[in-house]
Amino acid sequence: MPTLADTTEQILNLAAQHFKVPRETLSADDDFFKKLDINSLQALELLTRLENHFHVELPDYELQGVTDFRTLAERIQSRL
Amino acid sequence: MMLDLREYSCLGAALRAALDRWPNEICLIEADRDRENSRLTYTQFKQAALPVARSLQDAGLKSGSRAAIIMTNQSKWLISAYAIFYDGGILVPLDYKLTAAEQIALLAHSAVEFLIVEYHLWRAIAQLPESKSLHSLKRILVTEAPAKAELFGAQRWEEAGSSDEPNFVNRERTDPACIVYSSGTGGRPKGCVLTHGNYLEQCMALTALFPFWPGVRYLSILPTNHAIDFMVGFIGPFTCGATVVHLRTLRPEYIRDAFTRYHITYMSLVPLVLKNLEKGLRQRFSDLPPGKKRALDFMIRLNRALTKNHPRPKLSRLLLRDVHKAFGGELRALFTGGAFTEPSTLQFFYDLGIPVANGYGCTEAGTAITLNDFKPFRADTVGKPLPGMELKILNPGEDKVGEVAVRSKTVMSHYLDDPDQTADVLQNGWLHTGDLGHLDSDGHLHLVGRKKNMIVTEEGKNIYPEDIENVFEGLPVKEFCIFAANYIWPKRTMIGEQLIMVVHLDDPAPGTPAHSETPKNIRDEISARNRTLANYKRISGIIRWGHDFPRTAALKIKRNVLAEQIRDSLTPNHVEQA
Repeated sequence: MPTLADTTEQILNLAAQHFKVPRETLSADDDFFKKLDINSLQALELLTRLENHFHVELPDYELQGVTDFRTLAERIQSRL
Repeated sequence: MMLDLREYSCLGAALRAALDRWPNEICLIEADRDRENSRLTYTQFKQAALPVARSLQDAGLKSGSRAAIIMTNQSKWLISAYAIFYDGGILVPLDYKLTAAEQIALLAHSAVEFLIVEYHLWRAIAQLPESKSLHSLKRILVTEAPAKAELFGAQRWEEAGSSDEPNFVNRERTDPACIVYSSGTGGRPKGCVLTHGNYLEQCMALTALFPFWPGVRYLSILPTNHAIDFMVGFIGPFTCGATVVHLRTLRPEYIRDAFTRYHITYMSLVPLVLKNLEKGLRQRFSDLPPGKKRALDFMIRLNRALTKNHPRPKLSRLLLRDVHKAFGGELRALFTGGAFTEPSTLQFFYDLGIPVANGYGCTEAGTAITLNDFKPFRADTVGKPLPGMELKILNPGEDKVGEVAVRSKTVMSHYLDDPDQTADVLQNGWLHTGDLGHLDSDGHLHLVGRKKNMIVTEEGKNIYPEDIENVFEGLPVKEFCIFAANYIWPKRTMIGEQLIMVVHLDDPAPGTPAHSETPKNIRDEISARNRTLANYKRISGIIRWGHDFPRTAALKIKRNVLAEQIRDSLTPNHVEQA
């Protein structure tokens, strides 16, 4: 099973790919709404992509109040 | 046919009659992604609700007891609400998107004794020290708690059953049915006390314009605690034998699926989502091969011409078969409101044969005040007053614009425990909305803004910042808004008032100070647009702001909060000449 650090790194890579930004511009504690300039609907699209990648199902409410990649990684990690 | 709501004194009685009138019709469908969680007939709904009603009664819920629900949209929301009404309780529907601290504050303010809440939300509340202050709570029911979860003093909703029949408690029309916390763009939430009569009258007015019947399917994605969905996603459909479809996820791909899977008839959505939907459709249209694109454009123009006087759903579905197929083939209308909707967006959908009923209202007025009825379609207004609504414009200026005031049986009773705020808005039976508008010769309301953020020119003309904003839509900035300068930095003078634009740019270059000068290309664009305005309407200054604008849950800019933030960090010296 991947470590939390692995999971976080994978999320950052996928987010960079999905929103077409350089990977090196993203870090774990970034507010992804601000950093990626996305709205909640776009965040849900990313969530779907992450679910497919990690083979987990994450209810919408897991994203509620979550704004940084690190916390998102923790939510996903807890379901691996 | 729908029930005659004049025969009922309270929501509980009307809903009770509905459950018996249409026993075998489907009232609720709950889907989660591509799975269907449940499908309930009206009889099954009753069978699910009565044990909950009994359980709450056994715990002490009686006539006038306050009970809150905090849940995402789902069957249990409506089942719980009915159980509360059955027992004669007062429902306090809270927004699941609020933070736990905000929910605690509202639970405390409303002094609820009963709470029905989704587990993860309760977990967040219970883990805050402030939750210890909720002394009034007698019973908490949590839904979908995992098997070995810590319940923090709650009981499982799924186990809150009783085989004993609950006692139905009737209420009068003047009794409070709900306490609904409104979210406006100015100030703290207020607890609007809405009576059973308010809701029954609103339901009659709305369904007179947009009827429901068995077989109609309403897709409920706006939160049910909000006035709109409570009415058109619960009370309206249920009192007409229709079906409400809930989605446990709001991923766009599943919303699209829901249209086709469930052949949706109606849906409400906020203007921002409508705009996104338009953007997606326009992209798909532009990706078509040239021949197909030309054919589509022709059909759209033809549909527009043939529906000039009123919608013709069957014809539109024939002409624009593929578009309507993507929406499930049964869509009659979308509803929107709550913020400005661009006329071009409304026209876009109308031309596709998907009329969007643009309306205006507020929680204090019991949901909708005005609504477009497509007779004929108007993209430039928020519609005419609903049946039973009296509307007047207070203190109109030369331009006939003034504060919108409403008198109706749907208007709230008062703000909970707040006689001062109540007296501010309810005067001589009229609700003073704080919104500004004028009525045209067809009786349609045009909204031009809110009362306090405005300027008056030297000639005595009232200028409303929101009115000016339309001219600048599409600026290459992340967000912007316009203020009366005096609204940010109040001055005790009625002369020399100016409009200023606050801009928040996309992705400034690293190291750029938050309040540095606006880039030339943007200034030029602003300047060009400014010149299209009459002299007295032009903005005179620009402020560069480096932070996201504070917004409400409905994504409206909290102008008073933004103004305060600017006032605290900047002075008029930071304003660049426009």
